[in-house]
Amino acid sequence: MANSYAILKERYAKILNKYLQEKNEIGLYHAQQFSKKVLEDQISPEEMVSIHAETLTKLCPDLPAELTDSFDFLMEIMVAYGMAYREHQSLIDKQKEFESEMNVAASMQQTLLPAEIPSTESLDIGVVNIPASKMSGDYYHFVKDEHGNLGVAIADIIGKGVPAALCMSMIKYAMDSLPEQRLQPVALLESLNRVVEQNVASDMFITMMYGSYDPREHCFYYSGAGHEPGFYYEAETDEFHELYAKGIVLGITREPLFKEYKKKVNVGDFIVLLTDGVTECFTDDGFIEREEVVRLIRQYQHLPAQQIVENVFYELEKAQGFQLRDDFTLIILKREV
Amino acid sequence: MSIQSNVEVRTEWGIVSARQAGRSLAKKIGFESVDQSRITTAISELARNIYLYAGIGEIIMEPVEQEATPSSPYRRGIRIIARDKGPGIHNIREVMEDGFTTSGGLGAGLPGVKRLMDEFEIESTVGEGTEVRVIKWLR
Repeated sequence: MANSYAILKERYAKILNKYLQEKNEIGLYHAQQFSKKVLEDQISPEEMVSIHAETLTKLCPDLPAELTDSFDFLMEIMVAYGMAYREHQSLIDKQKEFESEMNVAASMQQTLLPAEIPSTESLDIGVVNIPASKMSGDYYHFVKDEHGNLGVAIADIIGKGVPAALCMSMIKYAMDSLPEQRLQPVALLESLNRVVEQNVASDMFITMMYGSYDPREHCFYYSGAGHEPGFYYEAETDEFHELYAKGIVLGITREPLFKEYKKKVNVGDFIVLLTDGVTECFTDDGFIEREEVVRLIRQYQHLPAQQIVENVFYELEKAQGFQLRDDFTLIILKREV
Repeated sequence: MSIQSNVEVRTEWGIVSARQAGRSLAKKIGFESVDQSRITTAISELARNIYLYAGIGEIIMEPVEQEATPSSPYRRGIRIIARDKGPGIHNIREVMEDGFTTSGGLGAGLPGVKRLMDEFEIESTVGEGTEVRVIKWLR
C-alpha cells in the first residue's frame, strides 16, 4: 500500500513535470488518465491537493510563500469534499444492499402469484402480469373447488412498491384460508373487506373483481369492489360489452354492499379482466382510451388466450416506449367447448 | 510527551482555539499536513456540535501511545475528547447514520468525524450530556 502510494506520487511528478515543460494537450490527456487511477485507488481530494503541493514544491523550489500557503488553505476546503466523497461511497454501498434486498423480496412476491394457469376442459386461459418496478401492487389468483368451479380474482392495491406488496401477501393468505362456502363472489368480497378494513392502514385501498365460472352450466358469476371494469365478448353478435360490477372499494366501510352478476357464456365468448395499468397506458398522445384496448384484443382474438394477452401487452408496452407507469395485469378466459 | 491541551468551547472563538491547539499538537506528534487538516476538521465538527447543541463544553487533546500487541505494532497518535453537559442525544444510531445531519450537507456531522479518524466512541445520556472520544494513529 505504502509502496503503491509512492509509485503514484512518482508518476504524478513525472506527468506534471512533462506538462509544465511542454504545455500541450497530450499532457492534459495524461492527467485525465491519471485521475481514473486515483479514483480507483480511492485517493481523497485533500490527499490529491497534498500530492500536488508536495510535487510542485519539489519541482519549483522557489515558489512564492503565498502560493505554498494557499495550498494549506485549499486543503482545508478539500477535507470537506473528502468527507462528502466518502459518505457518497458508503451511500452507494448501502444502495446496493437495498437493491439486493429488493430483489429477494421481489422473488418472494412472485411466489404469492399462481405458479401456473389452471387447466380446465372448457376454458382457454391467458394471463400477463408485469410489475412497473420491482414490487407489484397487482394481484391475481385462481381457485378451483371440488365441483370444478373455477374462481378468478384480480385486484389492484392502490399504491405501489413495498407497502402494496406487503398488503398483497395479506390478501393472498386471507383468500387461502377462506372456507369453501365463502368462495361465492359476494361472500368472498365481504370476507376480504373485513380483513382489509381491520388490518390495513386507512390510506390504503384495494379494488377487486372476483368471478366464479361454473363449467356445468357455463355461467360466470361475478362481483366487484370498485375495480376497473373488464370486457365481455359475445361471439354471436361479434360485440364487446363492459363487464361492470357495482361495489365499493375494499377497506372503506365495515358494511359494504356487493352485488352478484351472472353471465351466460357461449362457445367462442370470452371474458377480459384487467387492472387500470392496462387502460391507463400513457403515450405521447395522452392516455389511451378503453376502445384502444378493445381494438387490440380484436386484432388478436383469433389466437389462443395466452397469445392474445401477450400481444396486447407487447403493443401497449411499445406504445409507451417500453416504460410501464403502472403495474399491468390482463387476463382472458375464453370458452372453447 | 505529556502535553495535553484543554480548550473550553462556548463561542466560535473557542472552536478556533480548539482547532489551533489541535493542529499544533498534531504537528508536534508528527502528522503530515493532510492528516493535520483532517484532525483539525474533526475537532472543528466536534466543537461546533458543542457550540450549537450544548452551548458549553470542552475539547481535550493529548498524545496517545499503544504498546505492540500480537495483532498490531507499537503506535502513536492523537486523542481528542469532546465533552459537554448539554441535552444529550436521544437516538445515537440516528445521528450516526449517513445523510441524517441537521447542521450541514453531505459528509458533515458525526459520521464524517468517524471517517476522518481511526477510532471513534460516543456516550450520551439524555439530560446529562455527551462525550465523544476519537483517535487518529500516525501512519
